[in-house]
Amino acid sequence: MTLYSISDKKLDGKCPTGPIEKRWTQHKASLRLVSPANKRRLDVIVVGTGLAGSSAAASLAELGYNVKVFCYQDSARRAHSIAAQGGINAAKNYMNDGDSVFRLFYDTVKGGDYRARESNVYRLAEVSANIIDQCVAQGVPFAREYGGYLDNRSFGGVQVSRTFYAKGQTGQQLLLGAYQALMRQVARGQAVLYSSHEMLDLVVIDGKARGIIARNLITGELERHGAHAVVLCTGGYGNVFFLSTNAKNSNATAIWRAHRRGAFFGNPCFTQIHPTCIPVSGDYQSKLTLMSESLRNDGRIWVPKKKDDPRKPTEIPEEERDYYLERRYPAFGNLVPRDVASRAAKERCDAGYGVGPSKMAVYLDFSDAIKRMGRAAIEAKYGNLFEIYQLITDENPYETPMRIYPAVHYTMGGLWVDYNLMSTIPGLFVCGEANFSDHGANRLGASALMQGLADGYFVLPYTIGDYLADDIRTPKIDTRHEAFEEAEKSVNERIEKLLSVRGKTPVDVLHRKLGLTMWDYCGMSRNAEGLKKALQIIDDLEDEFWKDVAVPGTGKEWNRELEKAGRVADFFELARLMCLDALHREESCGGHFREEYQTEDGEALRRDDLFSYVAAWEYTGHRQPPVLHKEDLIFEYCKPTVRSYK
Amino acid sequence: MKVYLKVWRQRNAQDPGRFVDYTVDGINPDMSFLEMLDVLNNRLISQGEDPIAFDSDCREGICGTCGLYINGRPHGPLPRATTCQVHMRHFKDGETIVIEPWRAKAFPVIKDLVVDRSAFDRIIQAGGYISVNTGQAPDGNAIPIPKEDASKAFDAATCIGCGACVAACKNASAMLFVAAKVAHLGRLPQGRIEARERVLNMLSQMEKEGFGGCTNTGACEAECPKGISLENIAFLNREFIKAKISF
Ligand SMILES: Cc1cc2nc3c(=O)[nH]c(=O)nc-3n(C[C@H](O)[C@H](O)[C@H](O)COP(=O)(O)OP(=O)(O)OC[C@H]3O[C@@H](n4cnc5c(N)ncnc54)[C@H](O)[C@@H]3O)c2cc1C
Ligand code: SF4
Ligand code: FES
Repeated sequence: MTLYSISDKKLDGKCPTGPIEKRWTQHKASLRLVSPANKRRLDVIVVGTGLAGSSAAASLAELGYNVKVFCYQDSARRAHSIAAQGGINAAKNYMNDGDSVFRLFYDTVKGGDYRARESNVYRLAEVSANIIDQCVAQGVPFAREYGGYLDNRSFGGVQVSRTFYAKGQTGQQLLLGAYQALMRQVARGQAVLYSSHEMLDLVVIDGKARGIIARNLITGELERHGAHAVVLCTGGYGNVFFLSTNAKNSNATAIWRAHRRGAFFGNPCFTQIHPTCIPVSGDYQSKLTLMSESLRNDGRIWVPKKKDDPRKPTEIPEEERDYYLERRYPAFGNLVPRDVASRAAKERCDAGYGVGPSKMAVYLDFSDAIKRMGRAAIEAKYGNLFEIYQLITDENPYETPMRIYPAVHYTMGGLWVDYNLMSTIPGLFVCGEANFSDHGANRLGASALMQGLADGYFVLPYTIGDYLADDIRTPKIDTRHEAFEEAEKSVNERIEKLLSVRGKTPVDVLHRKLGLTMWDYCGMSRNAEGLKKALQIIDDLEDEFWKDVAVPGTGKEWNRELEKAGRVADFFELARLMCLDALHREESCGGHFREEYQTEDGEALRRDDLFSYVAAWEYTGHRQPPVLHKEDLIFEYCKPTVRSYK
Repeated sequence: MKVYLKVWRQRNAQDPGRFVDYTVDGINPDMSFLEMLDVLNNRLISQGEDPIAFDSDCREGICGTCGLYINGRPHGPLPRATTCQVHMRHFKDGETIVIEPWRAKAFPVIKDLVVDRSAFDRIIQAGGYISVNTGQAPDGNAIPIPKEDASKAFDAATCIGCGACVAACKNASAMLFVAAKVAHLGRLPQGRIEARERVLNMLSQMEKEGFGGCTNTGACEAECPKGISLENIAFLNREFIKAKISF
């Protein structure tokens, strides 16, 4: 059976040309504008209130567009971005350590293992400095030095300190800044907030995105909302693995439904497995908790040199410890990028050196740092992370090393967008983790917050105007249009279908099985045989789901199980595409490690001659072979080399 | 281990509601409290019964979604922890655990243990922000801020909007929540410009939403999972007086 077909037409990212440092400025100057009077006549739907959604919605409303903004949480402030801990990058060079826009650009392209677009990444680095200014003005209480100026720390994969932070709650503070900006627009009446609403379909009229179908999660009513453009800022899809560091309700439904309506899906298999998370403790486990990458600034990672060493970590002398990252990667040591650190931990554990009851963990040790700086200094930097750790594990990390293991954390893949952040459906824009754009095959720490806010504050508000300039004469979108009729009907039928199975197996049980399959075959390392097997298992699980899932209650009330069932149904379809993408990409790059393609010492082996492209998949029907569209990646400034952190 | 639960069940806002008993067996002490409820719910679902409605999202103490009144205390027995951070090791084998929703007029029950806290969003809309449009900001280091002010502002800003302070207060006052925002912004130079309107408007919105007044019992601080200090209420009071005299 053919698994997919390949389009012979190349996909165009519509990136500007010319000197890279001028591209964004020149592009902005060439974008068409919409006058204030016309903005008042244009409606924009923003789905999502994380960093990307809140910043986009607030900025668009400030410009004068009529904004409707949706989230499924009961308050916009609870979007998953709130949980980001470590920090946000910006090329400010406040530390005078040689940072620059170019260096941030270069680090990000290299960190992404040369699978991102140069033009996009350069723009990201360029606007990064403005983000910090904007956030400070909003009152985001970043960490400061005694002189009153902003403090920075360093993160993995780089050799400068460019990460701005607010203790271990950077995401919370940045999100509250954006959320407050949005609430201000809600108070002005320029934005209307629909919390506890879930988008369940995209409405496309004459080839353009013109609205959504949303379910009011409190009453269960389906609603039609029309707009001249739709912006999805709906986050990542790491929860396809069931266990991940994402919030429990994070899901892929919005982007998957848009994909089914024609938006191509870019690099679905690029998943980030974060090296430092609290290990799984039992089969009841509902989620995994991240221990921020910033801890690797001061914590040292090790395992005992002896297999199955029964001693407590504090009793194992220095010379019997294997600081394997420092040993393998002396230049970057504990601060190698995430994909490298994760694989190295897996390698040690698979080889039998793992620690803790499950033997699937390594130590992250602060004793040297505490000796060097004192407990108080460590507490000031990481206090809340240590508290979280202790609450979960009942162990005190000031006294004994943390036990950590990699976990699914972030998805670099997402809906394909062009340089203007527009998907292959005209009028459908995608920002933040939901798009595939800037991180290539591996995201550097503290760059997701940067990207979400760059998209929302400084990119989309310009690029969307260029699209809407053609729409100034388009009247309000009429939600009685047959496309709304059809979309609402299909959403309704699906809900009825989920409710009518009346099986015996709870959604969670099936989701967990799907997650385990993905972790085993499409996780930290992959091979052709396993991926083919996974495709079969996914089909079987999906069949089981539709035969035996238990969804209690009705569609006309608050019904969490019904919400979950719809999301998991979409995860099955997405899981299949992830495996297919992983199977087709016969190389290793970043977080995508194909066992067949590695160097002698076990490092990822990229195959630039064959795979230097973005894989954008077109939907052709349920379980039908999708079409692969390729967007070639051209590197003019960062010449692809073997990524070395030695 | 095994526990006996008395759980508040209420179909919707109109339903008067009642306690229903459940027994949960085979609990691992390392399970979180919410995972214990997941286990119970999956059992109920398999048996064709209606699962207990409760809400959660991050499950690591930062989003403020979870919030159960456990054995008479918001977020349960642990100091400085949210419901999702409570583990079963904090209960005794064979213990009876009473679980209720937040109870406050301004937080109507949606179903079982889920309440509507949109009033908090409206309080923020009344003035919990600094009016700066995207693109207007000067360089981040143009406004140096003494570390001490920045860190006090930060401490206040760590409020997660969970509503435990309201649930803990006999007047169902949202004063700690409001004060946290007033202090976060008011302690920063950027936030001084709108300080006067902010405190007046936020307080008046709090009243409109049906929250009670503050009588300084301090129950909120004791139960706040983020340790938001009463000092913030003192700060708010000073802001309020200043706002009144400057009339
Ligand atoms: C624990 C943790 C720590 C992290 N730490 C860092 C860090 O230190 N630095 C860093 O740079 N990155 C970090 N990240 C990554 C970063 O937090 C995320 O990538 C980023 O916040 C995503 O933001 P977003 O706006 O794209 O989406 P999200 O914040 O995920 O928001 C998604 C929004 O979409 C809404 N939504 C989704 N689907 C629908 C639908 N169908 N209908 C209606 N609404 C919908 C949700 O309600 C929500 O409002 C961390 C991630 C995790 C999990
Ligand atoms: S002040 Fe404390 S208890 Fe009240 S909402 Fe904020 S975090 Fe929750
Ligand atoms: S679920 Fe987020 S704070 Fe408890």
